[in-house]
Parts: sequence; C-alpha cells; structure tokens
Amino acid sequence: MQEQDVRMHVNGKQVSGKVETRTHLGDFLRQAAGLTGTHLGCEHGVCGACTVIVDGDAVRSCLMLAVQADNCEVITIEGIAQEDGSLHPLQEAFRNNHALQCGFCTAGMITSLYAFLTENPERNEEEIREAISGNICRCTGYQGIVLAAKEAASKMAKDRN
Amino acid sequence: MGVRQIGARVHRVEDDNLIRGEGKYLDDIQLPNMGYAAFLRSSMAHAKISITDTEAARTLDGVQAVFTYDTLPSSLVSKTQLETYPAPIIKQSMCPELLANDEVAHVGQAIAMVIANTRHVAEDACELIQVDYTPLTPVVDVIKAAKSDSQLTHSSLKDNIAASIETKFGDVETAFEECEDSIELSFKQHRGGCHSMECRGVLGDWQQQLGELTLYSSTQCPYLVRRMVSRQLGCPESSIRVIAPDVGGGFGPKAGYYPEEALIAIASKELRKPVKWTEDRREHFISTNQQRDQIWKLEVAFKKNGEITALKGHVTLDSGAFLNYGLLLSATTLMPLPGPYKIKNLHVTLDAVYTNTVSTSPVRGAGRPNAAYAMDRVIDAVARHLSIDPAEMRQINLVKNEDFPYQPGSKHRNGSMMTYDSGDYTGMLAMVKEMADYDGFRQEQQEARARGKYLGIGLACFIEDTGMGPYEGVNVRVDVTGNIIASTGATSQGQGHATVIAQVIAENLDIDISKIRVEAGDTGKFPHGIGAIGSRTGVNVGISANDAAIQVKNKALKLASILLEKPEDELELSDGAVRARSDSNQFITLADLALQLSPAVAGKLPEGFETAGLEAVSYQTTDYMPHSSGANIAKVEVDVVTGGIKILDYYVVHDCGRILNPMIVDGQIIGGVVHGIGNAMFEQMVYDDSGNPMTTNYGDYLLPLASEMPEIHVAHIETPSPANPMGLKGAGEGGTIPAIGAMINAIEDALTPFDAYIAKYPVTPEYILELVDGEKMAAE
Ligand code: FES
Ligand code: FES
Repeated sequence: MQEQDVRMHVNGKQVSGKVETRTHLGDFLRQAAGLTGTHLGCEHGVCGACTVIVDGDAVRSCLMLAVQADNCEVITIEGIAQEDGSLHPLQEAFRNNHALQCGFCTAGMITSLYAFLTENPERNEEEIREAISGNICRCTGYQGIVLAAKEAASKMAKDRN
Repeated sequence: MGVRQIGARVHRVEDDNLIRGEGKYLDDIQLPNMGYAAFLRSSMAHAKISITDTEAARTLDGVQAVFTYDTLPSSLVSKTQLETYPAPIIKQSMCPELLANDEVAHVGQAIAMVIANTRHVAEDACELIQVDYTPLTPVVDVIKAAKSDSQLTHSSLKDNIAASIETKFGDVETAFEECEDSIELSFKQHRGGCHSMECRGVLGDWQQQLGELTLYSSTQCPYLVRRMVSRQLGCPESSIRVIAPDVGGGFGPKAGYYPEEALIAIASKELRKPVKWTEDRREHFISTNQQRDQIWKLEVAFKKNGEITALKGHVTLDSGAFLNYGLLLSATTLMPLPGPYKIKNLHVTLDAVYTNTVSTSPVRGAGRPNAAYAMDRVIDAVARHLSIDPAEMRQINLVKNEDFPYQPGSKHRNGSMMTYDSGDYTGMLAMVKEMADYDGFRQEQQEARARGKYLGIGLACFIEDTGMGPYEGVNVRVDVTGNIIASTGATSQGQGHATVIAQVIAENLDIDISKIRVEAGDTGKFPHGIGAIGSRTGVNVGISANDAAIQVKNKALKLASILLEKPEDELELSDGAVRARSDSNQFITLADLALQLSPAVAGKLPEGFETAGLEAVSYQTTDYMPHSSGANIAKVEVDVVTGGIKILDYYVVHDCGRILNPMIVDGQIIGGVVHGIGNAMFEQMVYDDSGNPMTTNYGDYLLPLASEMPEIHVAHIETPSPANPMGLKGAGEGGTIPAIGAMINAIEDALTPFDAYIAKYPVTPEYILELVDGEKMAAE
C-alpha cells in the first residue's frame, strides 16, 4: 500500500506522519496524532460525529483523506478550550444545558456549531437546528443541544461586540 | 446542613471530560503491541458453508492469526455461544457458534476472525478467505416462518418456533359472550435497531504471567460479560476483569453477551497480546441485535359506554436468527398488558419465531413500547367505533387513584402478582390535556380542515415497571485524603449515574460533590453487579448509595464521639469533618477518621468497630417494582399531497416518583421521546426476500434529526413509590414507551376525514399517500 508523508497544524501544533493514502483524516488524527476526542460514528459521512475544522470549515474527517489535509490548519475538539484550560462558551453551554449524555456525538456537535457560530453568532433556533441537521445524536433528542447553542451564540455575539 | 443535592438540577460530573474531548471510549484505548481484529461475515442469509482457503489470508503481510470454527482452541467449554438467559419454557434454543461451523443463518453472522497489525490489513485479509456457500432457502417473513409447514431457518430445527408464552387472567370467553359490542384490529410494529452513536467494541488484554484477562467492552453489563466469558473459556471469574470504559450509548442491544466478546478474549489469550475489535457501522447493522417486527392481532370486548371488558389476541414476534438474549423481549411484551387501563379479562399469546435475519433483543423499553402501543391503539379504535373522544375514552378506562395498590391480574416473570404501587393516571391525563390545550386544538382542527389542512392530536397513557431488583450495590469509602470513593456495580452509557450517586452521597455526608469519585463499570472495583437495563439503575443505586452513606456517617459520628469524648448527639458532620455543635473549633476531619480506622495506623480497631475502614457497602433490595407512568400528547400536521408529517408539538407528563435530578430526568425523557418518534416515522430495517439487509447506512436507515424534531414540553408529578425507602421510580425508558402510540394516534387523527386506519409503522410519506389515495379511490 502506497504511503505518503503528511504534515499539518493541529490545534496550533505541528503534526506529521507517514500514512497509507487510504487513511482518512479521522483515523490520522485519532491514531497518529493521538487526538481521540474526534469520534467515528458511521464512516460514511452522515452522522457528523467526526467533524473537525479544516482551514475554518467544518469537515467530516471520515470523508477527507489525511493526505488531502496536508499543510492545512486543523482544529479538533481538543483545541476548542482556551490554552489555560478555560472552557469555550459552547462547552460551558453544553454543560449548563445538559446537551450531552453519552458524549459520543458531542465533539462533532461542538465543532460544527463552532464553525457555524464563529462565522456569524446571530442565529435563530431554526437556523441552529438546520446547522446541526447533519449531526446525529441518539441520546438527547437535540433539545439541550439547541438550547446550548442559543446560549453560546448570545455569549459569542456579546464577546464579539 | 449544606445545600440540598437530592432533587436539585446539579450539573453532571461526567461532562467536563466529555466536552473537552477527553473521554475514554473503547476505541480510544491503545495498548502497546496491540493486534487489530476484523471479521469475515456471512454474505448469505441461509446457506451451508465450507471454508476452502485461509492460506492467502494467513500469509498476507501483517497478518498475525486467522481463526475459524476448526481452529478455535479445544480448551473452550463450548464453541457455541452459551445461553445468556436459559429458561425451561424455551422450546428450541438456538445460539450461534462463535464462528460459524457449517451453516449460516443470517447475513452478518461471523465466519472467521483475522488479527493483524492494523485494521486495514485485517480487513484486507478477510477478503482473501475463500468460503463456498451452498444456498438454503432463507425465511425472512415472520408470519410465513411461524407456519408449521414453513421452510426451516436452521436445518436442525423442527419448526421455527423458539417459544410460546401467554398472559392470562379473568374469564375472557364469558366476557366476550356477554359483551355489548366488540371489534378486531391488527397491526405490525417495527422497532429498528440500536444505533448508539458508538458501535460495539471489545479489547482483550491477556497477561500470561498472571494468568489474567482484562477485557474492555462497550457493554451495558460487564458482570454478565465476565460471567459468560468465564463460562465459555472455562477460566474462573476471578481471573477475568471486565471494564466498560466511557460507553457511547447503549439502548439495550449492548446489554447482551456477543460472540465477539468471547472471540477477542480467545484471540488475546492465544496470541498472548492485546487484541482490539471496533465494530464499524455496517457491522452494527448486520450483527448487533435489533428489535424489529411484532405482528399483533387483537379482539376487544366493551360496553356501549366505552368501558372495555376483555381483550384477547396473539402476537408473532420476530426473534431473528438466534435467541441469544432469552425471552426477555417476549416477556416484556406481554407482561405490561393492559397497561394503565382497567381490563379485567385478558388472554394474549405470543410466539417467538426464528427468521434468517439479525437476532433481536430489547431496544430502549424492550417489549414495553409494543405493549403500550397496542393498548393505546385499542383505546383509539374503540373510541372511534363508539364515536367517543379518545381523551374521554381514556378517562373511562384508566385505573383510578383509589385503586392503588392495583393488581391488574398479570404476573411477573418471577411468578408474583404484578402490582402498580402508586400513581395518578387520570390526574396526568387532565394535566397533559391542559398543557396541550386539547379542547382548543380540537376547535383549531375543525377550522383547519375546512381550509384543507389536516391537523391531528394523539394521546398515549402508559405504565412502566422499573427498578427491577434484586440490587445494584454501592460501596462508600472515605479515603485518607478525605475524598469519598463510591464504587458500584452500576454502569452508565450516558445516563449520568455518577452524578446521581454523588448527589445522594453529598447530601448525606454534607460534602462538596467535587470530593466524590464514582468508580463504576469495572468488575475489578466492585464484586457484583447487574447493569443498566430496564430503567432500574436510579432506583437500585439510589437506595444503596443512600444507605451506604448513612452507614458511613454513623460510623464517622461514632468514632468521632470516642476521639472527641463527646456524645454523638452533640456532634454533627459537615463540610468534611465531624464537629462539636457547641464549639466548631472542636472537630476531627473525615481524613483523620479514615486514618484512625486503618488498622495499620491504629494498631487495633477502636472498641465497637467490627469492620476496618471508614466505609460501608449496601445492597438494598426492593420489595416490588415501582411503576412509573405518564400521559403524552403529540400534535401533527399531515400534508396529504406530499405525505409529509410535521410534528407541531409534543407534551409529556411523567411520574417517576421522587426525582433525584430533574435535569437528568428531563434529558432521559426528551431523548426517549425522540427515539419513539424515530420508530414511529423514520427507522426501518429492511430485508429483501433473500434476507439481504437493504438499509445498512444512515442514508437508507433514517434516524431523527434536529431539524425535524419539535419542542418537547415536559412536566412531572411526583407520587413517591412505597416500594422503596426513597420513593424512587425509574425514568430511562419512559420517554420512548408511549411515544410511538401518541404519534400514530395523532397521525391517524389527522387523517380522520379519509377514514384511514394505520396498520403499521414507521409511517412513511408513501404510506400516508397510500392511506389517503386508497380512501379516495374507494370513494370514487
Ligand atoms: S463518522 Fe464521519 S460522518 Fe459519521
Ligand atoms: S450524547 Fe450520545 S449520541 Fe449525542
């Protein structure tokens, strides 16, 4: 199997490795970079659990090959909190609103919402529900997640102004 | 006395790790020198097989071992999966061979296991294994399978009936003879699969020097896995430690024992190295238990005033290819009948029938959602027949407050009489009607119909037997740092059990919750346990944690009384120390007390202390099962042109007795309702006539999404259960159980002008159009 060198910036740190070209970004992050916070729920691009941020866009890391992310800037769930460990408003809001139960979908939910709300935090409930309609959660029924997103959005909007 | 913990909206202790991406799920565990497993699974639903070549796989670069039935170690007690829940009533028990020997009975059945340096290589090697299939006729339709002249799902069977059970009380025949009116109805229920976002997974770590196995499994029941793997391999239980790390959802199918758990243990032991298998989503669709089909045929006898006098009928339950979870699904289907309704004469029989499809076992609620659905469909059908409003029909038939404790006449699995301990069923009905503005909506519905808009409202009332015993133990220990360690046999797949246990202990010991560490899901940390099934953990663990914490408190006071030379009633426990009430400077910390009870320090135990350590264990058992209950209303709008259904609103009134943490309970209810909505509208596991699964990805198998879900309004009443000292009842499945009935009743209500009868779910847009057009065509 063909192998190739890849290097990328993940959560502000340089990560490099040799990968089989068929290795998807999710596996690379989990295995080579040891960042197991990104979860794989379907590996066919529907559940959204594997979502990470590549050059500012929310991307399904099971649908992108590691080699395609060569030289990219990647943010995973481990890179969402501040460097001093304090939580991002989305993470705070997830805890406050019981937006997670088993936590398996949570990384994908937070990264999807992070990209969506960073672009523009002024969003209504319908837009939020639409934004996470590509993320499956079997546990929560989404209600806590939507509440959390709304709470975080207003905090993020305030912080921006 | 510090802040009240029990009943408070306490944020979860589990969350911090999980929101940072620092959870540890099965696939996150990496051990040095680990091998990766992949399975070759049957591509045919029913066939004789012979494995003709494994050489190419064995010699592929990076492959460490290939296992087939023939090469499984002869030291195994059995090469066939042992029965998890054997019962004399099972007529023909079929469990799979760990790896198929010469016959396969469903697509997905494991035939060979490859261990390699990477998962990629293991999968590549699976493709190199040559299997000759000689097709046998697959039996896919459960009604056909149930016929005495059906083709057989396994060559060794006499017929396809695994077991027949019944529930019976009163005098059904006389009630039917004497009834004023009766109707028949039949319907098919379909409940899809598990679909926890984390698939299954197993990691075995055999330590040859110690002769010990650590088996990590994403299971709901580590003690069951330990017991079964121990019996399968013939290794003593004490040599096996099963750990359920963070588990990404369970919902029932992870409560069983699977061949992969034994196989990974075997591989690790044979290869003397860690071996990991992570199920992928396609495997989940073809090898993790599902719940699927039940076909119900019922006859109902009633009076003209709406009072139902008798119910009889038959259920055909699709067991899938094997019965590896015993009759739990069958039993929980019949046992809850007739739900919250007073019906004095009842006889329903059930056949559990093999088909050449994936095995079935409980999914959230087990058979209870099926039973609840049946009852709520019966109520609506009779209401319609008699032109009585469905809400009024429920009011007439519900068990009334003065009836508690109420014995419907049915029996528990253990043979004792079923008893509904407490509740307020009619009060909840009134409350949910008020929340949903039931009468106002009826008005709105009339007006909307005049404009060609079809609104519907559906009701469901249910009961749930929860808190099944015998126990779930908790050990509470103060360690020498003054922290509290609570260990328990209870496991969690996201329910927040650690938080609830910590709340109960924090309140009793008046200590900050951050000082409590809960250790669970690890057979090495606590000796006995059962697992997270049947809405039982909160009840069982709540009362045990409470009792153990009280014992620890008493022990601390007793010792402090000796050391401080003060009578116990002049002392109090607060904020990590026992203090004199009169002088707060006179105190001794819990840490010091724990040190004193450590014999190595004290030299001997103080007078009157029989047990070492500032700790206590409790296995509280409950007398009988507390029954949760609830009333739900769904409001929908059906587009009769596109067949689309919009859920407008959903209302829940729930009673789980005394609530430990309302935030967590609401989370369970809302998530559970959405699971039920998924069953009612989306989730469909389809097999073609040859037994090929047609829906093995989330493009074809639909799960509910955020954009389609309504706001779910939840309210509670609290009727404390007299069945346990804290008044607790379970809450994990109470969202799901009534939801399908409420949804289908609402959709059917919307289609009243078309006189439609919904005979199956999920209700797809195509089915709506069929119902609407069929009626139009009949009219033309
Ligand atoms: S794992 Fe990538 S979308 Fe499901
Ligand atoms: S919290 Fe379990 S899948 Fe979302």
